[in-house]
Amino acid sequence: MSGGRYMADGKSQSLFREKPIKVLLAKPGIDGHDRGVLVLAKAFRDAGMEVLYVGLLPTPEDVVDTAINEDVDVIALSLLNGAHLTVFRKVMDIMKNKGIDDISVVGGGTIPDEDKPELEALGISGNYGPGTPLSTIIEHVRMRAEEARIKKLR
Amino acid sequence: MPKNDTFWKNKLMELEKRNSKPEGDKTANWRKTTLQKWNSATGYDEKEYSNSSSIPIKDIYTDDNLPGNMDELLGLPGEYPFTRGVYPNMYRGKLWTMRMFSGFGSPEDTNRRLKYLISHGETGLSVAFDMPTLYAYDADNERSQGEIGKCGVNVTSLKDMEVIFDGINLSEVTTSMTINAPAAILTAMYFAIAQKEGHDLRNIGGTVQADILKEYIAQKEWIYPPEGHIRIIRDMMSYCTRNAPKWNYISISGYHIREAGSSAVQELAFTLADGFYYVDMGIKEGLDVNEFAPRLSFFFNSSINFFEEIAKMRAARRIWATVLKEKFHATSQKAMTLRFHTQTSGYSLTWQQPLNNIIRTTIEAMAAILGGTQSLHTNSYDEAWALPSEEAVKVALRTQQILAEETGIIDTIDPLGGSYYIEYLTSKMEEEAYRYFEKIESLGGILEAVKKGYIQREIAATSYRRQKRLEDEKEIMVGVNKYVDPDEKPINILRIGKDAEEMQLKRIKEVKANRDQDKVNDALAKLDEAFRNPDENVMPYIIEAVKTYATIEEISDVGRKIYGGWKEPVIV
Repeated sequence: MSGGRYMADGKSQSLFREKPIKVLLAKPGIDGHDRGVLVLAKAFRDAGMEVLYVGLLPTPEDVVDTAINEDVDVIALSLLNGAHLTVFRKVMDIMKNKGIDDISVVGGGTIPDEDKPELEALGISGNYGPGTPLSTIIEHVRMRAEEARIKKLR
Repeated sequence: MPKNDTFWKNKLMELEKRNSKPEGDKTANWRKTTLQKWNSATGYDEKEYSNSSSIPIKDIYTDDNLPGNMDELLGLPGEYPFTRGVYPNMYRGKLWTMRMFSGFGSPEDTNRRLKYLISHGETGLSVAFDMPTLYAYDADNERSQGEIGKCGVNVTSLKDMEVIFDGINLSEVTTSMTINAPAAILTAMYFAIAQKEGHDLRNIGGTVQADILKEYIAQKEWIYPPEGHIRIIRDMMSYCTRNAPKWNYISISGYHIREAGSSAVQELAFTLADGFYYVDMGIKEGLDVNEFAPRLSFFFNSSINFFEEIAKMRAARRIWATVLKEKFHATSQKAMTLRFHTQTSGYSLTWQQPLNNIIRTTIEAMAAILGGTQSLHTNSYDEAWALPSEEAVKVALRTQQILAEETGIIDTIDPLGGSYYIEYLTSKMEEEAYRYFEKIESLGGILEAVKKGYIQREIAATSYRRQKRLEDEKEIMVGVNKYVDPDEKPINILRIGKDAEEMQLKRIKEVKANRDQDKVNDALAKLDEAFRNPDENVMPYIIEAVKTYATIEEISDVGRKIYGGWKEPVIV
């Protein structure tokens, strides 16, 4: 995806004019560390996106169901409890089983570098850690949202 | 806090008056002459400074800024209002307890780590539990997959606790357990082991966190709605007051409030407001405040703004003493003293250039000591990455030992007492805390304020503000938004493998196969009955249940059936 076509209000000129980017923020594990997602919820909103946050302790099934029902562009997963490999994979498996390919998935939390290739291979990109500038994350979500939107238009 | 109370309002007015004294002629003159001349000669533009609590910081503090009744506000160490410390001789008499929070993987792994720390001079144990344990899910629950042993040690049944404390004499150590929603169950397990080994519960010392209000506020590890947990805390309070008088059945915690993104003053105010709630609860339960209040202990964060942290801790002691005396009518000195554990800030650590974290932790540890802490955990430099490695945790423990043994920091009590800045800031933090107490009161008390999501939203707003200040480089984190190192090298971190999970699954299978199921069912039925009778104390029934090797989830399910689960109010 090429960058640089985005307007300051967070809407891509071509794809997001009618309907802004819709993101589901979720912590699909047994994990109460919500400082990061709460900051991101506000940041995404300030960037012009529509944000859903389902609160704590949803199951991976809950997350995928909500994403489908709400027709989101991006699921942004966050875990800081070390269970990302197992739990993020569950989310991807459920999406695969349901044949969903027009929703992009990004990840974040305390994710060691050596786990990133495995997550990327599953289709989960970003995987940003603490201290990542919000602008980097927002830009990445826009890019992945654009991918999803193009697939939705097929 | 009881409703319609003018106590907070009156206190706030008193403090506002105390802290708004105008600058005297001498300083005003200096400003007009010396300072201005210098500034214009050097081309200095006035900048605004403030701390995490958004308190504006002036360029100079003088005796103009000191409250008029300083002697009264400070007292001497070991005397009301304990601003200078809770013990008369402080660290000369007894160093703070070096208590390193540890726990990971299987119970065997954690048992080894605890013994390693004891052999390197640690003086108190502190156990961290994994997420399934914190939410009271068994190892064999599907939701626990991938989470076993990751953030702490897994405890599913008494068997696991027996392994964790194997070879450790429970009468000789004190143990702190960071456990909240299922605190009564873990306490029961600890007591069961102690009784099995022939110790008298009256000699068993330790702490469980059990501060459920802060769970709803910040850490968010709950099982039931507040009513269910508060019932259990009430029962623990009265059981321990009568049977295990050295057991701190609650550690009122600001740490997680801070880590969730609050400012120092929000940490101070919300934590103490939680504390007042528990005091009120004990009194309503018919307990004597002089008898139970001494068992309430606190847990604060020490973050990177050195002076702000010290002022926060000094203010906390003064507020607690004042409120216990004036509002709750405590008469014993012990009931008015605020004793606390401190942990250095996890949030202040960076995964970038991790060795820098040793310096941050050292500064934060110094603030905790100058703030008069009773025990201390220093974070390891690799904790932004993972649970600490053995090497990293040793450096963290040595940091405390160097501070204690080499620096002279312990030689005199409250060395910063009397500093214009520290005393002003202590008094100002106190004022800002009372502003929150008054606001909380107007919302119907802390529990209502939490249920309405007010406290959580206050924290989320502060957290977002901080993040934006970092983005705008109004605040600096070295290695993150300044002095960034393009060649970050990976460090060795502790990896928790699948072994712990496999081991725990195997163990719970064995436990379930070998226990007397009739006894388990019977104990759980009796616990259910006890729960349904509000006049009954559930603690003895929980102790009986753990002894049958009923699991943490089975025991919690009894309450789940009665109280249901909890969905938090919308925060963002």
